Amino acid sequence: MSTEARNDYAQFRQTFFAESAEMLADMDERLEALKTGRLDREELDAVFRAVHSIKAGAGMFDYRSLVDFAHGFEALLDRLRDGRMSVNATVGGLIIRAADILAELVAAAQAERAAPSGMGADVMVAINGLLGEGATPVTPAIAPVEIRDDTHRVEIRFTPHADLMRKANEPLLLIRELSGLGHLKTVCDSSRVPELESINSDDCYLSWTFELETTAGDDAIREVFEFVEDDAEIAIVRALAEAQDEGFGLWLDTEVADVAPGPVALTSDEPGGKRPPAQTSIRVDLSRVDRLVNMVGELVISQAMLRQELATHNLPVVDGLESLDVLTRELQDCVMAIRMQPVRSVFARMPRLVRDVAARLDKQVRLVMVGEQTELDKTVLEELSDPLTHMIRNSVDHGIEAPAIRIAAGKPAEGALTLSASHVGSNILIQIEDDGAGIDRARLVAKAVEKGIVAPGAVLSDDEILDLIFAPGFSTAETVSDVSGRGVGMDVVRRNIQKIGGRIQVSSIAGKGTRFTLIIPLTLAVLDGMLISVGTERYILPLTSIIESFRPAAAQVRQLSGGGRIVNVRGEFVPLLGLGRVFGVSDAICDPVHGLVVLTETATGGRLGLVVDGLIGQQQVVIKSLQTNFTAVPGISGGTILGDGRVALILDIEQLASLEETAA
Amino acid sequence: MARRVLAVDDSKTMRDMVNFTLRNAGFEVFEAEDGVKALALAKTQSVDVVLTDINMPNMDGVTLVKELRALPQFRSTPILVLTTEGNEDKKMAGRAAGATGWIVKPFAPDKLIAVVNKVCP
Repeated sequence: MSTEARNDYAQFRQTFFAESAEMLADMDERLEALKTGRLDREELDAVFRAVHSIKAGAGMFDYRSLVDFAHGFEALLDRLRDGRMSVNATVGGLIIRAADILAELVAAAQAERAAPSGMGADVMVAINGLLGEGATPVTPAIAPVEIRDDTHRVEIRFTPHADLMRKANEPLLLIRELSGLGHLKTVCDSSRVPELESINSDDCYLSWTFELETTAGDDAIREVFEFVEDDAEIAIVRALAEAQDEGFGLWLDTEVADVAPGPVALTSDEPGGKRPPAQTSIRVDLSRVDRLVNMVGELVISQAMLRQELATHNLPVVDGLESLDVLTRELQDCVMAIRMQPVRSVFARMPRLVRDVAARLDKQVRLVMVGEQTELDKTVLEELSDPLTHMIRNSVDHGIEAPAIRIAAGKPAEGALTLSASHVGSNILIQIEDDGAGIDRARLVAKAVEKGIVAPGAVLSDDEILDLIFAPGFSTAETVSDVSGRGVGMDVVRRNIQKIGGRIQVSSIAGKGTRFTLIIPLTLAVLDGMLISVGTERYILPLTSIIESFRPAAAQVRQLSGGGRIVNVRGEFVPLLGLGRVFGVSDAICDPVHGLVVLTETATGGRLGLVVDGLIGQQQVVIKSLQTNFTAVPGISGGTILGDGRVALILDIEQLASLEETAA
Repeated sequence: MARRVLAVDDSKTMRDMVNFTLRNAGFEVFEAEDGVKALALAKTQSVDVVLTDINMPNMDGVTLVKELRALPQFRSTPILVLTTEGNEDKKMAGRAAGATGWIVKPFAPDKLIAVVNKVCP
């Protein structure tokens, strides 16, 4: 293919890689079935089509190594499809490896780097071996060497005039003569033959198209028709041979009439199809969606401003504004839904990962996944993939013990790893839980001291000890294994999670297992909030974190010796935090007896009572990052613009809960 | 009037390329991602040339060619199958189903235009 042509198509590279990524992910999911040693016809066909499409696309961009590898992979799958080979453990393993290599070759092509030489060569050898001695080995897909001789194909269209036979010419003789020149295919067109009653037996109604493979030149062919030149239309087309070499060709003897007319059932109409037809979808550039999200956000803000303005003037249009409110809200929901994707796309990669890692470490691990349908903002979801991969790997490597150790500890040889996703308010909770040995606190502290992260003899709370695993440059593995130790530590995981506005928590019971909890905001764009007043300041509290609000009696509030205050809520003591004190609002009410206590709950179930002046009202707000516009402020997750144009800060309950001990 | 090409391929990349190439050459291009959709489109649109991939979900290219040929208005419409590197079996299956010709993927834009022009009525 010419360079020019490639340049023409360069604009489609992105489409190709996006499509390939989708197909590879889908393939991974489908190949899951191989674990049980089977692969349904349907799955096999889909995997075959994916490999085939990748090969075809790669060919257009001239990614040779990718095309060649895909070609071999395709040959193997084709052999399975036509039933000449069946899936067994060897073949299954080979397919999985081939899928991995294919993915790596695609990644290499995308990064515009050459794939490591010899990559996939072993798999290729194995495939060729499987395809058997009798079969032709898989050769590189492109560049077949054409042996050219002087034989070429000529198409001859012969359309006699009606009076051909009256001039004593016999088409049959011409055809015989023509067949003497080489291999001849003849197609007769009888469409001009009229109804029997109107036939004139002397007229010629037939015409012919000949396909001749010959070494003879055009002159020799013309000579055959020498005597009928004036009584017929004769066209000699010689492009066929060249055309074939160029990668296309036409069949001239296609007998259309052979195909039975009449309705034939569509395959898709067949009942009992297992997989529902693919959803209709369009691909939209993410930046367009983002722009839409932003615009709608601005719309929500200006509408709130307008509403407030009108309300202050007590104008009658306020009623009409109600329906506009509803519409705006629906519009916003619709727009946000565009960005939502089920976590399944990320979860789907995990079974393979667990299987691979467990196999390498000689461990037995059963992965249970829960809540794969839970939806999450696409950007958030993408950022989640790497940390999750790392954590799963860690859990198999460090968490779950070897079978012998497990049995000795009275546990089943097979370890259980649970990956779950669920909605909790405006957050998604993702938990990775193993039933392994748990985190060895003593070893953790010893290691931290050795690395100089903690001073010798320091007294640490249990939480602080567990928190050590997130310290930069910390790794407890005695030897850096090729599984977990790739220079990426839990500190990077935590940073990645924080980048998407999430938090990570760890709890661990020695001998019982470890649980990591990721608390991720559903979306980075909007929030249902409660506007609260603290002195002259306004803050937004995420609605989902509010349990109730009340004005406590003086007897309910107690002062602690350490300086903190607690409030008795129906027998349960909850720490109090004066927002005015924390944020230094001088005119705020600090005594809950005169103000209000808003009882809140953190994503993990902890409770905190916030002392505020009052509640103003419920409001949906568009989140603007404080971090990108200003700097991170403890206890604040972002800012928003209120209806009157003022800025209100959005409170982060989780962070406030940790502030409580120091600031209140 | 621009001649109308129905381009059928389950790969968006391929459809985009065919569409881009032929549109620039003055054709009007319709796309379908599988045989079922192509057939539905073919029943409602007038189509001068069909270009179809062979490996597709729901209905493959060979079945599509057969189905199209069974429609009176498609008895003589040129249908070209797109195959990879001259896969003879696929090519022959296309031929038996009633295809007019074949084009090998990868193709160069000018070759695609040339062959479509060649079969265009």
